[in-house]
Amino acid sequence: MSDPNNISQTPKHTAMNSVKFGAKSNILLWRLLSFLIVFLMWELAGRADISIAFPPFSKVAVAFVSMIFSGEFTTAYADSLPPLLIGLCITIIGGVIIGISIGLVRGAEWFIMPLLIIFQTAPVSALIPMLTYIYGISDTAKVVAIVILGMPLVALNSYKGIQATSPSLLEMSKSFRASWFDTILFVILPSAQKMIFAGLRLGVSGAFIGIVLAELLITPTGIGDLITYNRFIARYDKMFATIISILAVAGLTLGVMRMLEDSLFPSEKNE
Amino acid sequence: MHDIILKTEDVGVIYDGSIVALENVSLNVPTGRLTAILGPSGCGKTTLLKVIAGLIEPSTGTVKIRDKETIGPGPDRALVFQDFALLPWATVLQNVAFGLRAQGVSKREREKTSLHYIKEVGLSGFEDKYPHQLSGGMRQRTGLARALTVNSEILLMDEPFSAVDEQMRRKLQEDLLKLLKIENKTVIFVTHSIEEAVYLADQVVILSGRPGSISEIVYPEINRLGEIDLIRRQPRYIELVDEIWSSLKSYVE
Amino acid sequence: MLNSDMAKSKSSNRKFSFKRLMRTSPFWSLIFWAGIWEFIGQMGWMTLLPPLSGIWFAFAELLEQSAFWDAFAMTARTFGIGLGLSILVGIPVGVLMGISTRTDKILSIWVNLFLSAPITAVIPALMPIFGIADATVIATVILFSIWVVIIDTQAGITHVKDSLVEMGRNFGCSRWKIIIWIIIPAAMPEIITGVRLSVVRAVKGVIVGQIVIALIGFGGLFNTYLSYFLMERFWALIIVVFVMSFTIIGLVELLERRIAFYARAR
Repeated sequence: MSDPNNISQTPKHTAMNSVKFGAKSNILLWRLLSFLIVFLMWELAGRADISIAFPPFSKVAVAFVSMIFSGEFTTAYADSLPPLLIGLCITIIGGVIIGISIGLVRGAEWFIMPLLIIFQTAPVSALIPMLTYIYGISDTAKVVAIVILGMPLVALNSYKGIQATSPSLLEMSKSFRASWFDTILFVILPSAQKMIFAGLRLGVSGAFIGIVLAELLITPTGIGDLITYNRFIARYDKMFATIISILAVAGLTLGVMRMLEDSLFPSEKNE
Repeated sequence: MHDIILKTEDVGVIYDGSIVALENVSLNVPTGRLTAILGPSGCGKTTLLKVIAGLIEPSTGTVKIRDKETIGPGPDRALVFQDFALLPWATVLQNVAFGLRAQGVSKREREKTSLHYIKEVGLSGFEDKYPHQLSGGMRQRTGLARALTVNSEILLMDEPFSAVDEQMRRKLQEDLLKLLKIENKTVIFVTHSIEEAVYLADQVVILSGRPGSISEIVYPEINRLGEIDLIRRQPRYIELVDEIWSSLKSYVE
Repeated sequence: MLNSDMAKSKSSNRKFSFKRLMRTSPFWSLIFWAGIWEFIGQMGWMTLLPPLSGIWFAFAELLEQSAFWDAFAMTARTFGIGLGLSILVGIPVGVLMGISTRTDKILSIWVNLFLSAPITAVIPALMPIFGIADATVIATVILFSIWVVIIDTQAGITHVKDSLVEMGRNFGCSRWKIIIWIIIPAAMPEIITGVRLSVVRAVKGVIVGQIVIALIGFGGLFNTYLSYFLMERFWALIIVVFVMSFTIIGLVELLERRIAFYARAR
């Protein structure tokens, strides 16, 4: 907008409003509507007999509730949670340390950064089945899978956060003759906080992928196994219910993290 | 007295039911003259220009062109933007021709017209350059050329030289005056620079902010027929800048 | 004295070149890591990690196998179709979400959910429906890659500068003209970035999809090689897949750079 000093006073009267379709109204209402529409479509599609393996929403909902009360979810999640948490701890702590180190030490960057990029971009999941041969069918394999999938993301984001420190802030710190240590502590790390936190969120999403993959491919325990088992006995309603529960748990966790991120590190742009 | 080509009658703009951006703005814009709208940041001068351009609908009051009420943008007004608003993927020629293209003019026609105005604003040789290859001053010349191609009677300029450095700004001001001697346009020029307003305008409308309303209208009556270089030396120019600054000071504080 | 001078200059020369090495592109360190790999392999410390030189020969063997080429064709097919559909559907949906607040409000929660959710969990559900064939892998690729196209396209659309839109209105462009002539081209840099990210995800999707099904394509081959402990072939295939994915991503980055020239001048 061409009147930058007026941002606090001027509401969102943007030019796009003249081009956009639709009115502004209650967001919560729309979210509810959105869920209703999707569930309705699912119900209809399920009943349309596309496949036995595609049950309508109602059946899945019933299965979902029954699985909560029968304790199937509890057992499965109880199995998956410990390796998930351990894997997450390693991912987060290791990832942040590595990321910060390569951000600050040029030599470390030279050696480690390409590896991180490869692990972030390439389909690393191809390596997961190999873990069985090293760690057997165990929780360790799950933890390693989580770390492989999650740590590069955390590390790269921490690295980028450090790299993104404003050069003028660095010059400022140098001009006041602050020590290298103080500069890291008071200028670089605080400025990198936001990206590091975003990296944590990505690490968590990688961890969820890791544990599901590990449980589908290696260790027949936990929530991934609940999916495979129910597919095996053709209880597709329960299978879908399990999948929904995973998506919901992951979605909620990541959603909460995002909200935390937004409130701890508000965006500076006022739009 | 000159014809009044455009007038605003009691224009007011209210956002969200309670924020008053503009209030009771009634002004007359004489044909063929340059009217400056001057005021500090946040006083609503850009809002006023957008109302005149037809991009914002006023909550109260009307805009009349030749005594006929108008709503929405029209071929009689062309805008020049503060941030140039050039299509970054298009060449200078394509950018200048955009207005005509929107009107459905044939390629050959619009290129011919565009080349003419590109020459007039002093950009000959840069037809095939992209905006990122141009300096701020050149980008604004492109914007100006584009506005000229559609032959609107009224040129609306929204702080057109503020995104450009001081030296370039002066050059552009001079070039604008020279151009207006050739092209017979009515210009409405928004600025926050008192010097710029007095230098360029036949009528300076001073807006005070919160809520935006007309506080004073000044007629510089500066002799621009002679050497453009000498305008800033005229005593009248210096006095006027001082006067306006004194009365504006109270609003800024 | 001369000796110590020479010794000093020698050591400073050595230090000088190490520092210089650090200043080159970090990707040269891969040569270092390749060396480490070869070393570990030759030492036989990990049976799962044969020396790089052995893998080189396996690579040639791989290219002679019809199983490899079948798998390659299947992967290329499903990747191409899946990615193509993601882009063809994703971009219009993103545009729609950018210009229609209603669509945005209805779809945004789902797009954001699926963007970071473990889609891998959904793959087992696709198998009974689509069978053990191309269709499941194509569906997986789409589910992996479409969301980022939608989100990035939408972001590009909503971030178009106001003044460009106002300029269009000023010259009398209709709403649709503004969308097609101004808004979509202005959003192109973000759209292409979205496409690049979707390619990264599609590569992961095609491989994960095949691995979870474990019977077809490269996934099936990985499974076979592991079961028969043909580690050289396994790693050769891994390297092939990694190199292929980086090549495709590199090509998209080239395209991105050509378009990005005007992103700076916006």
